[in-house]
Amino acid sequence: MVINKKLAAMLACTGFVVVCGGAAHAADDTLKIGVIASYSGPYADYGKQFDSGIALYLKDHGGKIAGKKVEIIKKDTAGAAPDLAKRFAQELIVRNKVNFLTGLDFSPNAYAVGAVADEAKIPTVIMNASSSAITTKSPYSARVSFTVQQVSAPMAQWALKNGIKEVYTVVADYTSGVDSETAFGKAFTAGGGKIVGSLRTPMNNPDFSAYVQRIKDAKPQAVFIFFPSGVQPPAFLKAFKERGLAEAGIKLIATGEATDDSYLEATGDVALGLITSHHYSYAHPSAMNKKFVKDFVAEFGEKMRPSYFAVSAYDGMTAIAKALEKTKGDVNGDKVMAALKGLKFESPRGPIEIDAATRDIVQTVYIRRVEKVDGKLVNVEFDKFDNVKDPAKEAN
Amino acid sequence: MTAVLLGILFDGLAYGMLLFLISIGLSVTMGLMGFVNLAHGAFAMFGGYLATVLMQQAGWPFLATLPAAFVAVALASVLVERLLYRRLYRRGPLDQVLFTIGLTFIAVASITYFFGPSQQPVVLPAFLQGQSRVLGLEFGVYRLFLIVVGVAVTAAVVLGIERTRFGAKVRAAVDNPVMATGLGINVGGVFAVAFAMGSGLAGLGGALGIQILGLDPSFPLKYMVFFLIVVSVGGLGSVSGTLLAACIVGVFDVFGKYYLPEVGAFIIYAVMVALLMWRPNGLLGKRA
Repeated sequence: MVINKKLAAMLACTGFVVVCGGAAHAADDTLKIGVIASYSGPYADYGKQFDSGIALYLKDHGGKIAGKKVEIIKKDTAGAAPDLAKRFAQELIVRNKVNFLTGLDFSPNAYAVGAVADEAKIPTVIMNASSSAITTKSPYSARVSFTVQQVSAPMAQWALKNGIKEVYTVVADYTSGVDSETAFGKAFTAGGGKIVGSLRTPMNNPDFSAYVQRIKDAKPQAVFIFFPSGVQPPAFLKAFKERGLAEAGIKLIATGEATDDSYLEATGDVALGLITSHHYSYAHPSAMNKKFVKDFVAEFGEKMRPSYFAVSAYDGMTAIAKALEKTKGDVNGDKVMAALKGLKFESPRGPIEIDAATRDIVQTVYIRRVEKVDGKLVNVEFDKFDNVKDPAKEAN
Repeated sequence: MTAVLLGILFDGLAYGMLLFLISIGLSVTMGLMGFVNLAHGAFAMFGGYLATVLMQQAGWPFLATLPAAFVAVALASVLVERLLYRRLYRRGPLDQVLFTIGLTFIAVASITYFFGPSQQPVVLPAFLQGQSRVLGLEFGVYRLFLIVVGVAVTAAVVLGIERTRFGAKVRAAVDNPVMATGLGINVGGVFAVAFAMGSGLAGLGGALGIQILGLDPSFPLKYMVFFLIVVSVGGLGSVSGTLLAACIVGVFDVFGKYYLPEVGAFIIYAVMVALLMWRPNGLLGKRA
C-alpha cells in the first residue's frame, strides 16, 4: 500500500515535469544549446573548463548569437557514459528542443550522441572528444577540438627530424591510446624510424615502475607516451625520473596530454624539459590568446588555467555563431551543417578550419617544451607543423 | 637476469609493504569483531590528504607529516567508531557493508568538495628521491624507505600482540569474545583501541602511498579491491597472514607487469583465485 502511494506520487511528479517541459516551448528569439559533459566525479574539471570557455564567449559577445538570446542547458555524464549521454541527447532534443548539441568530452559519449543527433538532424559541435571516426560516423557533427592521431603523428615527424631513429611506445590501453600508438607508429616507420617495442598499460594502473624498468632494460633511444590527461602522466613521469631513465640516455616524448595545463602545476618539476606535441598551450604568444588568458583570469581567477578544453569551448561557440551568421539565423540542421563546412577563423590557439569534406578540424600542431617561466611551469612552443589534418582521414 | 629478478622482488616487496600497512587494520577489524568496514580505504585517504595539507599549507617536512597522519586518523577513527560503528556491531554483514559503502561515498564527495577532483602533488625530500647503487644493483631510495618502515611497523605490531598485556587481551578477544568478557576483559574497549591503531596505520599508509598509489578522491574505491584481496588471501585477523598476502600480491603484480605486460594487471586476480581455492580461509586464517 505504502509502495503504491509512493509510486503514484512519483508518477504524478513525472507527469508534472512533462507538462512543464511542454509549456516552455522554444521561443523563436532564444537559441538553445545543450551541453553534455562531465560536471562531477574525477573529470569534473572538464565541464568546468567547457563552462568557462562558453561563458567567456558569451561575455565577449553580449550574451547573444545571431541576435538571439542564448540559453545553455547542461547535462552531467560524470565521465565516459555513452548510455547516459544518449539519453541526455534525446531529452535535450525532445523535451528542451535544443538547436545545437555540444560539449562532449569523451569519445564514447560523442559516438552515442551522434546517432541521436543524426536522426533528429541537430547539428553537434564536438568540443573535445578526439577519436578520429566520430565525424565520419555522424554527418551532423563537426569538430573544433583535435584528434589524437592529429597530434601524435607530428611528434613522430619531429622526432625523425631531430635524429631519433628508435622509439619504444607506451600508451594507455583504450581507444585513444591505441589511436595514438597507430598514428605515431605509422608516421615514424614511414619516415624510416623503427618501433623497438610497445606497451599498453591498463587504465586503472597506479604504479608504472615495473613498466618503466622493462623499458630501461630494453635501452631504446627514446620513449613515446600517450596517457589521458590527469592521473596517469604524473605517475609515469615520477617513475621515469625515479628509475633514472634520463641519466641512462633515454629521451622522452609525448603528446600534450602529458603536460595538460590544468594539471601541470600538480605534476611538478618532474615534467621539466619534457617535449610534447599539441594544439594549444596557454602560453601561446598570439595577441588573441593573450587577451583570452587575461579575460579568463579576470573572470575565473588564477587558480584554474585555461586548458585546451576552454579554448575548444570558446571556438565551438564561435563556430556556431559564424555558421548562423551565414544562414542568417536559420537553425535548420542541413543549412547549419553546410555553413559549418569550410569555416575558417582565428582561435586563441592559432588559425583553425573546419574541413569542408570531413567536417573535422585542420590546425597547427605545436612542439613544446616544459619550462619554468616566472616560477610557473608552462609549455613553451618552439616548433610547429601547419595545417595538420587528421591522418586517419588522409589515408583514405 | 638475477639483477632483474632481485629488482622486481625489491619493488614488489615495497609495494606489498604499503598494501600491508593499509590493510592490516581492515584485517583486524574483520577478524576481531566480524565487522565489515569497507570505509577503511577512506581512512587511508584522510591520512594522505592530511599529509598534503600539512606540507602545502603549513609547510611541514614530509617525515613529520607521517606520525601526524597516524595520530590524527587514529583519533578520528575512535570518534567514528564510538558514534557510528558501535551501533552496527549486532547487525548483519549486509547492513554493515551498505553503511560503510555509504560512508565511503560521503568521504569521496566531501574530499572532492574541498580539494577538487584532481590528483594531489607530493614533493619528497631530496634524500628520499632517486636511486642508490648497492652491490651493483639499483634500488629506489623511497622504496627502500617503505620497506624499512613496513618492517618496523610489522615488528611493532607483532611484538605488541605477542608480548604485551594488551596484545594478550586482543588475542583472547579474537579467539573467544564471550569467554574473554567472562574473564573481565573489556572487549569493546580492546576493540576500540585496536580499531584506532589499525585506522592510524591506514592513515600512515595513505600518507606514505601518495608517491606510489597517487591520491585523489576516488582513492578508497580504486584500491578497495586490493585491500580486500590482501585481507581475504591472508586470512581474517592474522597479522602475519596479511603481511604474507600483501607481499605476494605486491611481488606478483610487479612481476606480471614486467614480464607479461599484455596481461600483467590481471595476474594478481589469478593468484587470488588460485590461493583461495587452495585455502578458502586464507593463507593463515584461523576461523572456518
